[in-house]
Amino acid sequence: MKNTNEGGIRARRKLKNANSSSMQIFPYLLIAPTVILILAFLVFPVARVFYLSFQNYDLTQSWKDGFAGISNFTKLFQDGKFYSSLVITFKWVFTQVIGQLILGTIVALLLNQKFRGRGAARAISLVPWAVSGVLVTMLWTLMYDQSSGLINDILMKTGIISKKIAWLADSRTFFPAVNVAELWRGVPFFAINILAALQSIPGEVYESSSIDGCGPVKNFVYITLPYLKESIIFATLLRGIWEFNSIDMIFTMTNGGPMDKTTTLPIYMMKTAIIKGNYGYGSAIGVVAFILLLVFALCYIKLSGFGGEDNE
Amino acid sequence: MNKKQKKAAARVAVLYVPLLIVLIVVLVPFLWALSTSFKTIPEFQSETLHYLPQHLNFSNYSYVWSKSGFSTYFINSVLVSSVSVIIVIVLCICNAYALSRYKFKGKSFITLLLLGTQMMPVILYLVPLFSVFKSIKLIDSPIALVIFNIILQTPFNTLLMRSFVNGVPKEMDEAAMVDGATKFTIMWKILLPMLKPGIVAVSAFTFIGCWNEFLVAFTFIQTQVKFTIPVGLKTMIGEYSINYPALAAGSIIALIPPVILFAIIQKHLVAGLSAGAVKG
Repeated sequence: MKNTNEGGIRARRKLKNANSSSMQIFPYLLIAPTVILILAFLVFPVARVFYLSFQNYDLTQSWKDGFAGISNFTKLFQDGKFYSSLVITFKWVFTQVIGQLILGTIVALLLNQKFRGRGAARAISLVPWAVSGVLVTMLWTLMYDQSSGLINDILMKTGIISKKIAWLADSRTFFPAVNVAELWRGVPFFAINILAALQSIPGEVYESSSIDGCGPVKNFVYITLPYLKESIIFATLLRGIWEFNSIDMIFTMTNGGPMDKTTTLPIYMMKTAIIKGNYGYGSAIGVVAFILLLVFALCYIKLSGFGGEDNE
Repeated sequence: MNKKQKKAAARVAVLYVPLLIVLIVVLVPFLWALSTSFKTIPEFQSETLHYLPQHLNFSNYSYVWSKSGFSTYFINSVLVSSVSVIIVIVLCICNAYALSRYKFKGKSFITLLLLGTQMMPVILYLVPLFSVFKSIKLIDSPIALVIFNIILQTPFNTLLMRSFVNGVPKEMDEAAMVDGATKFTIMWKILLPMLKPGIVAVSAFTFIGCWNEFLVAFTFIQTQVKFTIPVGLKTMIGEYSINYPALAAGSIIALIPPVILFAIIQKHLVAGLSAGAVKG
């Protein structure tokens, strides 16, 4: 591009000079505090975890503390609890991401329609996003309570069940029960992301397709879905990581039980490191969990081609 | 049925009925807790379940507020969250301005660092973080919670804020620069007033995030008078016999600030994300 206006060139050159020489320190000054904080309180501790995973560091057996080589890892790969918690983690992440994606898309499509009271409907249906894990536990414990919970009462009155169920203790119901509570909180996250993507679809696209005689189903499959692709990939990735790491709701609702059947990998790590005080072994669990997550994320990004075209 | 009626019926079936189901599923847990919070213990334990409390009695609220220490937890949460929000906002504006307006070496690395922090499970580095805070004597201190909130909230909110800064036309900075304004004047006198909606939205999300933070507060804070709301609630479930109506009242108190804030600003979140806050 050539600018023939000389005054324009001069002003631009002035800006460019300013940008390239004296001003170059300025963006670094702006970013420095955040980077320093992240290095000190996040990168350094994470690096420590890798170091600790090669150490014996157990509060209950402190006489053994010291370099452990790879013994924490060899122990981990023979630990049945590690494998069972891994399986539970995958079941948990898979159920949550698929469930949230499907329900979240439906909710977003509903909230994207034009109707009276849409603002209020949006505010209400997205609100569980703002509820913390501990509070989700509170609300749903009251719902699930065996003797005075609303769910048992409604199911009894409608004749669906004949005996009150202890939802969070019964071996057949605790997993779906915990999942329903997490879906309640997680669906709005997807709905928000997909709603945002829906709003960035230009309206003319639908106008021209309705002239061509496309029905709503065809519209969704051929127009809406391709537009949503990036958002869906991004949201499922972020949510997959988040659900893999999520701890506060499971920890407060079931404490990993009954019989360790809701002990996901992070819960197992928390129990080992924080509650039992075996930091070395806990760190090894953390390192393996982190590597699994990293491999998963990289494969996912590669396979889905996320950010492929518009990545600068 | 004529065509118009058919269309109206279809709209009820595919829009209003599902919408109603969504609203019921979302609202019932809140309403159930609200109803429970007004019940007395005998009323709660009685054989027949009443959907509504017989009287609006506020004794559970006054019990958790004054006897269970919720007034203290509430103030602690407000203080920790507010201080965190102020610092996070300042950092986010600085970061977002740098990322949006300048080209500099290491920019993509910094973006990657910010995104990478989203992947780190807190539980992974909780133990070493504990040692770091211990070495600077901040265990059992609300300052540790503020620092942690900053680490946790700044990255994502920087990206959100960047989309708002991107929305302010560059020509405004350039015009001011030609007029001889300094970089700081441009940031604080020209950019800041234009960023108001972004600042409101980002503050609200940061506040919700800080208000809900549980894991670090639960592990690092040991003295009961320093507990935040989520930790206070958790200790209530841990107690020997659970007083459900009181627990419900405590939950409602804890829910009010984030739920109201969210309801007010949710449309900014959708708009901010729609503008490409989280995409490259």
